Amino acid sequence: MFRPGSIHSSLSLREKINSFDYILVFSILLLGIISMFAMYSTDGGQLSYHTKNHIIRFLAFFFLFIIISLLQIRIWFSFSIFLYIFFFSLLLAVKYFGLTSSGSQRWLNLYFMNLQPSELMKIGLLLFLARYYHQISTRDVNKVKYLFLPFVAVLAPVLLVITQPDLGTSILIAAGGVIVVWLAGVRIKFFTYASILLLSLAPIAISFLKPYQKSRILTFFNPDRDPLGAGYQIIQSKIAIGSGGLFGKGFLNGSQSYLDFLPEKHTDFIFTLFSEEFGFVGSIFILIIYTLIVSRIVKIGNITRSDFGKLYCYSFATAFFVYIAVNMGMVLGLLPIVGAPLPIMSYGGSSMLSIMFGLGVAMSCKIHKDAAVN
Amino acid sequence: MISPLGENTVLKSKMISRRMFLLSAAKAVVLFGIFGRLVSLQINESSKYRTLSDKNRFREWKLAPKRGTIKDFFDKEIATNEKVYQLHITPENTPKIGELFFRLQKILDLSDVRVAFLKKKMKKQKPWEPIIISDNLSWSEFSRVNLFLHELQGAEPIVSVARVYPNTSAAHIVGYVSKVSQKDLQNKEYLRDMSVTGISVGKTGLEHKLDESIIGKVGFQRYEVNAFGKRIKQIQIDHGKAGENYKVTIDLQVQELASDLIKDQAASVCVMDIFNGDIVAMASSPKYNPNSFVHGIKQKEWKELLNNDYKPLSNKAISGLYPPGSTIKTIVALSVLENDVMSPKKIIECKGKIDFYGEKFHCWKKKGHGRVDMRTAIKRSCDVYFYEMARRLGVDRLSETAKQFGLGRQILEGFFEERSGVVPNTKWKKKFIGKNWYLGETLHSGIGQGYYQTTPMQLCLMMAQIANGGYKIDPRIISTEENPQKNLKDYIDYLKNNEDDDETGLIASNFNVTKLFKNKENINFVKDALYAATNEPGGTSYRSRLTDKKYLFAGKTGSSQIRKFTEEQREKEVKQKDIEYKNRDHALFVAFAPYDDPRYAISVVVEHGGTGSSAAAPVAKKVIKKVLERHQLRKDQNILIGEQI
Repeated sequence: MFRPGSIHSSLSLREKINSFDYILVFSILLLGIISMFAMYSTDGGQLSYHTKNHIIRFLAFFFLFIIISLLQIRIWFSFSIFLYIFFFSLLLAVKYFGLTSSGSQRWLNLYFMNLQPSELMKIGLLLFLARYYHQISTRDVNKVKYLFLPFVAVLAPVLLVITQPDLGTSILIAAGGVIVVWLAGVRIKFFTYASILLLSLAPIAISFLKPYQKSRILTFFNPDRDPLGAGYQIIQSKIAIGSGGLFGKGFLNGSQSYLDFLPEKHTDFIFTLFSEEFGFVGSIFILIIYTLIVSRIVKIGNITRSDFGKLYCYSFATAFFVYIAVNMGMVLGLLPIVGAPLPIMSYGGSSMLSIMFGLGVAMSCKIHKDAAVN
Repeated sequence: MISPLGENTVLKSKMISRRMFLLSAAKAVVLFGIFGRLVSLQINESSKYRTLSDKNRFREWKLAPKRGTIKDFFDKEIATNEKVYQLHITPENTPKIGELFFRLQKILDLSDVRVAFLKKKMKKQKPWEPIIISDNLSWSEFSRVNLFLHELQGAEPIVSVARVYPNTSAAHIVGYVSKVSQKDLQNKEYLRDMSVTGISVGKTGLEHKLDESIIGKVGFQRYEVNAFGKRIKQIQIDHGKAGENYKVTIDLQVQELASDLIKDQAASVCVMDIFNGDIVAMASSPKYNPNSFVHGIKQKEWKELLNNDYKPLSNKAISGLYPPGSTIKTIVALSVLENDVMSPKKIIECKGKIDFYGEKFHCWKKKGHGRVDMRTAIKRSCDVYFYEMARRLGVDRLSETAKQFGLGRQILEGFFEERSGVVPNTKWKKKFIGKNWYLGETLHSGIGQGYYQTTPMQLCLMMAQIANGGYKIDPRIISTEENPQKNLKDYIDYLKNNEDDDETGLIASNFNVTKLFKNKENINFVKDALYAATNEPGGTSYRSRLTDKKYLFAGKTGSSQIRKFTEEQREKEVKQKDIEYKNRDHALFVAFAPYDDPRYAISVVVEHGGTGSSAAAPVAKKVIKKVLERHQLRKDQNILIGEQI
């Protein structure tokens, strides 16, 4: 029993700070600190470029996370459409003004950082769909005309990102969208139809894939196909993780990464580096922290009264989990290499920004759990 | 306050929670999958991946070991190692390969063909593997490279070691080393783990025989390398083991003298210690320069060596096969006496030729020797007398004695170039030629012609075993090799001191020596006859004798026919030197010295030299003098080594 709009105004800053989920905050900080050490190791045990940047970004975006947490949840509710459109237009801007690096056009030059709007869209889509399903009734969820907008809202950014090309991020954006739609209660048959449609479109999609993307997927099914070419990353990553053993090779002693056998060790393969140096024990520790973060966000979803908050927290927690699962699956050789960063741990400003933003909104749901959104 | 959509909201809320529950279950499954994968990689298969990781990390560079040295009996170096100046290029350190080669061509003698070859080779190997531009630079080239080094980025002047043979008189004994060939890899198993750039392998002679132990053990440097193969740091270094050093029984001074004496001929000289079988000299001429092979022989030089009629590459002492000619008469006489076929007093008249079975057999002396007994027959090398002896003896009994005294088999171990020769008998002919033996062939065998084929080393061993009183010896060339007959000298001294002739052979078996004779008198008879041949007027080598009692020697000449003399030539008494070189007889001489207290045996063979007395005996004379002069030194050296002779 609550009166909408009556509680949020009564929360003082002190009350807000007291109602932080400190386990979540602590977990994020811990992960951030671990990621700094991991980054220090990728720099060969020196406090140089990557480490410094990573520390600055983590601290800056952690601060942003706190700010966002303190803001009213309804602000995010009311801004969600705007954010979606804003991020979408950024994606369009990338299409025309974006920076190209190693063959793909993903970044916007903001002078102080290169922004990757596709990362922001991960969260933007969640907010947008959470609001959309918050507003329509359960009866309407499965009506075809109400399915149209979510379908377009998911497909449009996904198509833009896939043509950058960035298969990894587009899959993660799509995954986020599908999760919200699923949570909203759309019938399984629609998912079945969509899957059938996707599968039937797969041959056409494959023809649009870049040669390197095709080879990555083929390589996944048989990494020994080309051990020095496309299979190299998977093989070297497995060697690094496997050779770490139970307790690892020790901090700064990961020979695979230290000697450059490990590709992309700052970004996608940061878990491999950590796992090589700290072994099974370290890997499980990281896994526990991530599980803790996910479960705390789910818990926030449980206690949040608004459907918007619930939908957002549940979908964000799940999407967050998917990001982790895709990245780890990738570096452990369970999934093809598609290019997906590990939240918080990986180097990369946009990814850090979007995750911290997402976490901030979730924390805001916790602080304003009883507040109505509209 | 309940909103109008309250029921709906609760429904929606429940729906979301239900769907979330399903998602959570799915998450648990995925989490479990990741967990399982971590267990499998980091615990179950960890050791496999650790091995793979080390394989990634470490790369080994093999180091060529230092080859063992070979020294002569007096510790003079025959084969050793010297500093060589080399130029290597590591392609990954060379930004402009083309420019570097251009500059190097200005400094060094580097042909365009060679540059093209090197560039091709460079493409085939990894960029961090050094390539050898030149493995043997002269000092002036090396200093020029160092002077311009600042312009030669990527070039590395390196001081390395390589084989060198300071004394080429022993070229055939020592042989030579060269780069490993495909054939070497097939034949020599130990080479397979030794694939080191710049390693040399023994191709002939001692270098070949001793290769496995003289080559040493390959060392390695283990480096940690990064993914691009760049060396990060050295983890481990194993210098390997230098090869074993060897000392041979050769006396380089004697070897050099012998080599000099025969230098313009196709010839060989062998000198052997008659008690311990030590080979004091084994010279073969013409010699070649083994140093030419070490860094790869030049095409021109190689062709010259191959096309030379005198066959410089062949070690004639052990791979030259010659009919023994009259030198075998020692064995024929011994065999006749040992088998009691004929009395040495038996007189036969030599008229210069004799008819047997309707065939004419000529003595070398057209006029004939007149009435001769066995001693005179040996002294003057009367062929007619030996035809008769051979006829009575038969080829099979002769072959037994000949084999006993060392003919017809390889006598050194491990020299693949050594040949065994032929000691013919009836069985041998049936087996290898497929025909029955003719009696006429027995007569030819009696004067060392026909099927008989011997190496100079075999003749030397034959002479040595007669000279030492008829005891078996095992020739050796490595002074540390076990000598099974090491007590022979002691045994002989024992007999002398105790005036015992050991008829029962009991003492011989105590001393572990092997008698080759039945009756000692027979050996002494042959030795005495050989004395006559050299030291009595009318003897075949009388003109080459040494009169000083200290150097007195006894020997047998021989000339082996290459081509049968025609009746016409015989009539005209054509001299050997008037015949075409290729058709001239081989000149042979075998001897032992000093006569009173024999120590050494010698054999000299001069291909197409004419007669033994004119071409071979004079060489032997000079060598014998030298050997005997150095006998005391050799004896002292033996005592120093700790082995009494």
